[in-house]
Amino acid sequence: MAQMTMIEALRDAMDVMLARDPKVVIFGEDVGYFGGVFRCTAGLQKKYGEERVFDTPINESAIVGMAIGMAAQGMRPCVEMQFADYVYPGYDQITQEASRLRHRSAGDFTCPLTIRLPAGGGIFGGQTHSQSPEALFTHVAGLKVVMPSTPYDAKGLLIAAIEDPDPVMFFEPKRLYNGPFYGDHSGKSQGWAGHPEAEVPEGYYTVPLGRAAIRRPGSQVTVLAYGTMVYIAEAAVAETGIDAEIIDLRTLLPLDLETVTASLRKTGRCVVVHEATRTSGFGAELIAELQEHCFWHLKSPMQRVTGWDTPYPHAAEWAYFPSPARVARALRKSLEE
Amino acid sequence: MTGKAKLSFPHPPARPDQVPDFSALAIPEAGALDVPPYEITAPESRPYANGLVRVLDDAGAAVGPWADYIADIPEEELLEGLRDMMRVRAIDKRLMTAQRQGKTSFYMQCTGEEAIGCGFQRALSQGDMNFPTYRQQSLLVAAGYPLEKLMGQIFSNDLDPAEGRQLPILHSARDYGYFTVSGNLGTQYIQAVGWAMANALSDNGQIAVGWIGDGATASNDFHSALLCASSYQPPVVLNIVNNQWAISTYTGVAAGRARTYAARARGYGVPALRVDGNDYLAVRAVARWAVTRAREGFGPTAIEWFTYRVAAHSSSDDPTAYRPKDEAERWPLGDPIARLKAHLIGRGAWSDERHAQAEAEIRDEVVSVQKRVEAHGTLLDPRPVPARTIFDGVYAEMPPHLARQAREAEV
Repeated sequence: MAQMTMIEALRDAMDVMLARDPKVVIFGEDVGYFGGVFRCTAGLQKKYGEERVFDTPINESAIVGMAIGMAAQGMRPCVEMQFADYVYPGYDQITQEASRLRHRSAGDFTCPLTIRLPAGGGIFGGQTHSQSPEALFTHVAGLKVVMPSTPYDAKGLLIAAIEDPDPVMFFEPKRLYNGPFYGDHSGKSQGWAGHPEAEVPEGYYTVPLGRAAIRRPGSQVTVLAYGTMVYIAEAAVAETGIDAEIIDLRTLLPLDLETVTASLRKTGRCVVVHEATRTSGFGAELIAELQEHCFWHLKSPMQRVTGWDTPYPHAAEWAYFPSPARVARALRKSLEE
Repeated sequence: MTGKAKLSFPHPPARPDQVPDFSALAIPEAGALDVPPYEITAPESRPYANGLVRVLDDAGAAVGPWADYIADIPEEELLEGLRDMMRVRAIDKRLMTAQRQGKTSFYMQCTGEEAIGCGFQRALSQGDMNFPTYRQQSLLVAAGYPLEKLMGQIFSNDLDPAEGRQLPILHSARDYGYFTVSGNLGTQYIQAVGWAMANALSDNGQIAVGWIGDGATASNDFHSALLCASSYQPPVVLNIVNNQWAISTYTGVAAGRARTYAARARGYGVPALRVDGNDYLAVRAVARWAVTRAREGFGPTAIEWFTYRVAAHSSSDDPTAYRPKDEAERWPLGDPIARLKAHLIGRGAWSDERHAQAEAEIRDEVVSVQKRVEAHGTLLDPRPVPARTIFDGVYAEMPPHLARQAREAEV
């Protein structure tokens, strides 16, 4: 075991896969010589050579399109969008091509491709360095959508994503790159050192896609979250003293409905938390599924705490970012009714 | 100068009520251009990108250095090439009629463009991969793809290898070097570059071939592909089929004021040639040259195939609404089948009688396959694949939510 930040864990996952499978290639803007603007690929080009880890032109459609061609030929590309906010020029390739190769060709061609996307806010990133566009991909048949919240999961899930036979959108909450974030933005940020989930095994292991993790067992209310919001939920629970069950979805598509519904059948109450904007966000899908599967177990209306339906602001960051106080209010409201 | 900013809108040479007019096109003599060395650079390719490689002259004789470059091709192979083109035209005609009879929902012909795919495919080897558009069925026919599968796809019956999942003409045939065709234009062009990069990384000696139409050169992936091909030098040939029309839009709208599409490709640092797309021998020659160049590690080549879309854009299109009815007949580069036929007759290898006989044979073959395939179901006699198969292959393994939906669909 080693202590790792999420950045180190992600880098280690790519290191392990580059060493393990000659078909794995890593590329994107600044990921080669420089090692990535977030250092996630630092040292990999030097270790594995330019043919395995390289820089690309600034063109997301080209990055994804090249990766699709490579994946269909038999390679296992793991590519980076520098920010999830910049994935849109590659959207055609992701949603119309990568997601459908297997289906439209009846398995003649497949697309074992991983796309890494640093996402989420809480870093004063403003409109185009803070977005959480996961719902634009959970709506697409043929994709898998993953978002880890811990160094341990980040490594295990990324290895599983690279090995997966289908395209995986791998969202990385950049607010969690260097440490957990409990919503206190007044002081010094906290590192991963000492956090139990920052103990990361060396070498190869996987965390299976499609399985949620219960971060805190509880009996009164189910909190569904992923990414940075897992820690915001923990802070809200600590603040309120409510015995909430916090579930980190880890994979949004396919969703671990079994774990989620089992929890809700137990608690009868639910709060969904995500950073993304509310309308047609992934929370809507969660609530719809739970309404269908757990209606008779519900004791109160399901709540949503999300980003507002506005572009992500710069100056008003903390009015936008779902805070522990907002989650706490939703928890109390869920118990009141 | 009018002293005032003003927009200019490109227009085709003639509209439906006008006389077709191709007088503005400069068509160089056959045999005028040399065969360049494989190590040619983009700047050195200027005369090729602005000119037009032609082998067959107006009398049907093969002339010039490019004719010499393929002089070793046996006559028998050229006769096969003629048959390939005739087979494509016969298939297109039959399937277009089938669409009119309501047996299939949709069809797209490649009339007038048969030489490009038929000729190019002959330069490829097993394992090379085309990234075709919807108008390269000629590649499949020349590759010997079973007609039963090709037609089964059109009728979406159980002979369709892709189980009726795609619109007619969007074939997928990995074993025949034909990448799964997408309805989204341009996307496959950059994918071809990625596939070629993977070929180089795995050192398998294979190449990839991108295909795009003149209209789709406006899509961003045209740019992506040429740029990345230029940056990484993978073994790829990037073909541009300039058939003058993108549905109803004249090619000048996509081309802007640029002189040729080949010249545009050259601007990315990719050596480019412009070729008479209705000249089967020119296609064979330039395809061989570009494929050899890619395979031997000299890097990418772009080729603009200059041709004319004779048929309607698709079975849903009526070109008389936007261009003169007889424009195809005035096309200065003629008809690819007629031109190769004339050449082979001139060589004493073919005759009008043998041509008529071959036409009849091919028609009989196509009709008999079509009957067998139609017996497996058409739109008039639908025998679709079981509906529950739509849930298969969305992922390698069916996830729980799709399993639930599959059960729901059965109720």
